[in-house]
Amino acid sequence: MDHLKKILIATTAAGAMSISSVTLATELEVTHWWTSGGEAAAVAEFAKALNEKTDHTWVDGAIAGSGGTARPIIISRILGGDPMGATQLNHGRQAEELVEAGLMLDLTDIAEEENWRDLVHPVSLLDSCTVDGRVYCVPVNIHSWQWLWLSNKAFADAGVDVPSDWFEFVEAGPALGEAGKIPLAMGQQGWQVSGAFGVINIAVGGPELWQKINVDKDAEAAASPEMLKVFDAFAQARLLSQGSNVQDWNQATNMVITDQAGGQIMGDWAQGEFQVAGEVAGEDYTCLPGLGVNEVISTGGDAFYFPKNDDPEITAAQKELASLLLSKEVQVAFNLKKGSLPVRGDVDLEAANDCMRKGLQILADGNILVSGDQVLTPDTTSQVEDLLAEFWSDNSMTPEMAQERYANIIANAD
Amino acid sequence: MAGATKPVRILRNLNAKIAALPMITTALVIFVGCTIWTIVHSFTNSRLLPKLEFVGFAQYERLWSTRRWLISIENLAYFGIGSLVFSLVIGFLLAALLDQKIRFENTVRTIILYPFALSFIVTGLVWQWILNPEFGIQHIVRSLGFENFVFDPLYNPDIVIFGVLIAGLWQGTGFIMVILLSGLRGIDGEIWKASRIDGIPKWKTYLFVVIPMMRPTFVTALVIITAGIIKVYDLVVAQTNGGPGIASEVPAKYVYDSMFRSQNLGQGFAASTMMLLSVLIVLIPWAYLEFGGRKNGK
Repeated sequence: MDHLKKILIATTAAGAMSISSVTLATELEVTHWWTSGGEAAAVAEFAKALNEKTDHTWVDGAIAGSGGTARPIIISRILGGDPMGATQLNHGRQAEELVEAGLMLDLTDIAEEENWRDLVHPVSLLDSCTVDGRVYCVPVNIHSWQWLWLSNKAFADAGVDVPSDWFEFVEAGPALGEAGKIPLAMGQQGWQVSGAFGVINIAVGGPELWQKINVDKDAEAAASPEMLKVFDAFAQARLLSQGSNVQDWNQATNMVITDQAGGQIMGDWAQGEFQVAGEVAGEDYTCLPGLGVNEVISTGGDAFYFPKNDDPEITAAQKELASLLLSKEVQVAFNLKKGSLPVRGDVDLEAANDCMRKGLQILADGNILVSGDQVLTPDTTSQVEDLLAEFWSDNSMTPEMAQERYANIIANAD
Repeated sequence: MAGATKPVRILRNLNAKIAALPMITTALVIFVGCTIWTIVHSFTNSRLLPKLEFVGFAQYERLWSTRRWLISIENLAYFGIGSLVFSLVIGFLLAALLDQKIRFENTVRTIILYPFALSFIVTGLVWQWILNPEFGIQHIVRSLGFENFVFDPLYNPDIVIFGVLIAGLWQGTGFIMVILLSGLRGIDGEIWKASRIDGIPKWKTYLFVVIPMMRPTFVTALVIITAGIIKVYDLVVAQTNGGPGIASEVPAKYVYDSMFRSQNLGQGFAASTMMLLSVLIVLIPWAYLEFGGRKNGK
């Protein structure tokens, strides 16, 4: 059977070669979890680029649900010997073991040829793709969590000014409540709650504290009185979000877009939703990077991995896609739709809106942090998510109780 | 004498024994073999990929100090007792009512059995909507004029597991009813005649004569319900995804999430070994009573 297959492939290849000497068209299945309106529009740019600029075809393998649903499916397919052509993952420690087990395609040769090390800014993104000096993934965008999205109309309806930082936002909470609005929209999934916690941590506790806990795994810092302030602020946020019963993040963003909620703490991918809804930054909505307190952004993001494949044609197509994803045009087209920042410092984002410009400025000033995905294992991340999700839904849990368990998780983190 | 009969006994029915070999091999390799593999790896610190670095009982210590696991066990207990009691009681009541030689029995039976044809995912989603305070039962009752009516089990961490239980019962009770109905139909009509002659009330006949006679049927129903309880997973995933917070988590979901979301196989294996252990604790005494007793007694 195998022989027959090989002969068939060889003859087809020879036939195609004799007609024209172009590279062979290959279907590349690409899995990702970009399914909301803005995300789907962005990923379509990748598909368009692959279909138009190469002979290969993009087979879209979107997996609904958040990364938490999609990642297990992606990983079990790779482990189970049914690798896709390429897949989205958050780079950093999620794919660490897959790389170590030799299941991912080594991209070092194109990375060196195209000089990715000089192109990618900040270079920490490429470092997260690198294991033992070899490059295994392509960073495609920079996403930062540290944003508070505010509905200008909701605050106008409540008769208060649009706040300029988190503390003003908390003060405006009661007024919003009286106007029949939910002050803070929050989707009830662990990763959203935990993401918002990280943002409040950096805003209220400062970037140094965040770094001590998440990078150095300093359990004493996690148990410190400064950190208790963060948990207190988080408990305030819990109070402000009472009545926000949606699940998905884009449903929560929609509450802000439709002015039912005052604001949402969410990463810059929320921007894509505002864009799809036709809202204008500065007029219809306001964004506060770092909650307006500490203007720092974390530079995590999405990356594409290319699982190893026995078929040399697919490997060739994978490499073509890898270099395409980093090309200038594709970077601009994709990131404008996605609301994220490009990973290249040398592209021109003329079409960027107000909020993206703020982000680019912070990036250019170098006020950046690594992201949680880059420094914490999925094991630690999900323990933290479970704890914070429980805290968020159980009003009887005090900040002190949560902090004690949090410090415990950090003490055991590796 | 004994020595002479033994080899014959092994060779007796040789064809049947050879035919059963593939099944026996499958059972040994897949069930027993994989179970042992899992248990062995639960003592290692395997992360995304299995590896044999033993860490003793560390995974179990962590498991039993994890609040999410403890909540899962508690939920399983509530869900288990609830579905055991209510499926059997409601199932039997429905079966007894259907057995009164009523009209349109087929139609009624089909309607009650229908939810069983739906997967747990569909059941979970349907009940998520029905129990959603903004457009489900609460909304309907409020629009009838009861403004302060509150019914939002899926958004209340204290009672969310009962919201899941309702959906589970809606899905499974019809099937239990059909099983019990077939048991009722198996009871000889003469028994009913005899009890009527003796003037025994109907409910007493059911309770003291018919139910004891239906023991095998009840055992079947019990096994089906218990298996459903322990593997409950998809219903929770579809209906609440473990929320709000972690209030409706169940052990099977803990296993899956540890293995794939946290990329911590060791922890997931430890949890699944505990699940196996709990099944064995229930199963072994029962099997001993059911099968062991018969061999000795008869």
